[in-house]
Amino acid sequence: MYVAVKGGEAAIDAAHAQLAARRRGDPDLAALTVAQIRDQMALAVARIMAEGSLYDPDLAALALKQAWGDVAEAIFLVRAYRTTLPRLAVTRPLDTAAMAVQRRVSATFKDLPGGQVLGPTFDYTHRLIDFALAAEHGEDASNPPPSAEEPLDAAMPRIADILDTDGLIEPETDADDPDPDAPVPDLTRAPLTFPAGRALRLQALARGDEGFLLSLAYSSQRGHGTTHPFAGEIRMGTVEVEIIPEDLGFPVTIGVVTVTECQMVNQFQGSRTAPPQFTRGYGLVFGFAERKAMAMALVDRALRAPDLGEAVVAPVQDEEFVLSHLDVVEASGFVQHLKLPHYVDFQAELDAVRRMRRAASGEGASS
Amino acid sequence: MDTRHATNAAPAPAPGLADPVFDAQRLFRAALEALSRPGTIQALPVDLTPPAPLTPWAAALALTLLDLETPVWLDPALEAQAVRDWLRFHAGCPLVATPDEAAFALVGDASALDDLSAFPIGAAEYPDQGATLIVQVAGLRADAGWTLSGPGIKGRTRLAVAGLPAAFPAIWAENAALHPQGVDIFLCAPHALAALPRSVTVRED
Amino acid sequence: MASAAPSPDPDTAARQRWMRVLSLAPVDRLEAAWRDVSDPPVPRTARPPEIGTAMVTGRAGGTGARFNLGEMTLTRCAVAIDGADGATRVGHGAVAGRASRHAELAALFDALLQDPARRDELTKAVIEPLAAFLEERRCDESRQAAASRVDFFTMVRGE
Repeated sequence: MYVAVKGGEAAIDAAHAQLAARRRGDPDLAALTVAQIRDQMALAVARIMAEGSLYDPDLAALALKQAWGDVAEAIFLVRAYRTTLPRLAVTRPLDTAAMAVQRRVSATFKDLPGGQVLGPTFDYTHRLIDFALAAEHGEDASNPPPSAEEPLDAAMPRIADILDTDGLIEPETDADDPDPDAPVPDLTRAPLTFPAGRALRLQALARGDEGFLLSLAYSSQRGHGTTHPFAGEIRMGTVEVEIIPEDLGFPVTIGVVTVTECQMVNQFQGSRTAPPQFTRGYGLVFGFAERKAMAMALVDRALRAPDLGEAVVAPVQDEEFVLSHLDVVEASGFVQHLKLPHYVDFQAELDAVRRMRRAASGEGASS
Repeated sequence: MDTRHATNAAPAPAPGLADPVFDAQRLFRAALEALSRPGTIQALPVDLTPPAPLTPWAAALALTLLDLETPVWLDPALEAQAVRDWLRFHAGCPLVATPDEAAFALVGDASALDDLSAFPIGAAEYPDQGATLIVQVAGLRADAGWTLSGPGIKGRTRLAVAGLPAAFPAIWAENAALHPQGVDIFLCAPHALAALPRSVTVRED
Repeated sequence: MASAAPSPDPDTAARQRWMRVLSLAPVDRLEAAWRDVSDPPVPRTARPPEIGTAMVTGRAGGTGARFNLGEMTLTRCAVAIDGADGATRVGHGAVAGRASRHAELAALFDALLQDPARRDELTKAVIEPLAAFLEERRCDESRQAAASRVDFFTMVRGE
């Protein structure tokens, strides 16, 4: 229970002014531009877009600047802004097979068609601090990375599609959509009820807190709902986005989004109705977000346990637990609401504790 | 299937609201007023010339309330290509084939409105999912006609509607009996608006 | 919202091609191209630029049932232009981001390109160079990615 407390207005104004000044920092230093943040803090910007559930790099960069570098606060700002915008379209499903690939690796096949493409990865860095970056003119942007003579192969088949042709992996086709013209369930429009189903789970995971998903995925690897996963394929790059405007009636391209896709492949021993084969977990995230996409794919597979006739024994397999706790704005809000005045509640509890202590000491005295 | 072609020069749709943001706000306010005080008549606060047979208040309400996420059903009287194009262009709303799929229905022939059971009435948990009907009528008059009572009305008030079937009060009583489920109706004369939320009681006399 | 693409007639396919190029092209190039349009028409705004979102959908496993990935910002605009033949043509622009001018320019060119009297000239002067630019950019990025393709040495082991 909260009680309106008056009298804080001047204090709040002063707090806002302090926040603005601290956010800006030393006025002798140049202010960051939004373009600098967008380009040079691109992975933080990607996380804000993914968890803010709104793809707009400039907006996410501005939110990060306004949030004093607090990614969760920036996500909150983006979510709030999103609610002011009318929804004008629903896109056609992204065709990740047609991605302009910038990175593509597989841990299951060395020689896959199209090859392994490392792209801009931290994987082979030594994690040594590069003090050259601290020097005033330490960075030489005039040195572009090397280019090959030829571009990548035009066809970069997804690893799951290759296994699929041999029947070794469970198929996923558009026939899985009971009604291809029906709207897709949307957790931003309808209250979440359980069981939620895979479409809502994937939406929730795609905008879920990266840290929470990472820990859940890790827990499944350590044996809490184990899934024996292989990273079938990870690909990052840009995909063109198409909409079918109601007033035109045919698809038009509106632009591109950068996404990261991860296909986890898991051994499945088969059941009475299904032969032994590989099953799949799927991750798809806005921006360069490899860790998040991998975690999402692991958690997606774990959450499919009931559909595949597996026992639900661990938190990562529990749809209600995962979906109720993965949103950073909800989690942050509910934890932080404890800062709100609880003066009356607390007085009541204080009285109760005093009464109980008196009663207990009275009993102690009489025995 | 649509027979729209990409580059055949189709006539440009008639203009929509002159000021999409502020006009829609004014119209929304008037619609809210009509719903919260059933029986009151609201003048049309904007200039709008929609394609026939759409009439101005119904069209203005359509541009205020409809968007991509509101499936809309048009009754046979409004089934005109110019109307479909205009709504798609300005509101971007999907047009559906049957009333049971609709969040909103636009009804051009009020005299045929003798059965409300074809429209969604919502669920007990989500009565808000009942359809909203935007019904074009020939005229509205306060201080005559039916007697209305219910929430938003001090005592009783009167409303005369030209164009609805004579049996409408009985049809409406069936809808009101579904409360909290049911449909809500906007009655749109060309330049006057009134509303019947599902909570209102309509009596002849 | 339909998931299956209506099979386009040739005119629609041509229009889809130029609308794609107009959406993907950098806005300053469109602005420059607009300045170079000979005999510029007087456009009427049919629907002023509006900023909203598109819900981006994906498919489970890349190929399965649809799900909502998240939204993206989208700006759309429509303009009407009267041709010399007396016909009015409505041009549509729908572009990613909060980009009113880009959407407006895309709509202007879309309207002009629907006019048979202007189509060939504009296709040659605007669309083809922009398409070539986009293809070159895509190819450059792909060649850079290809430089980090792993060439495994296969060791031949004796039987």
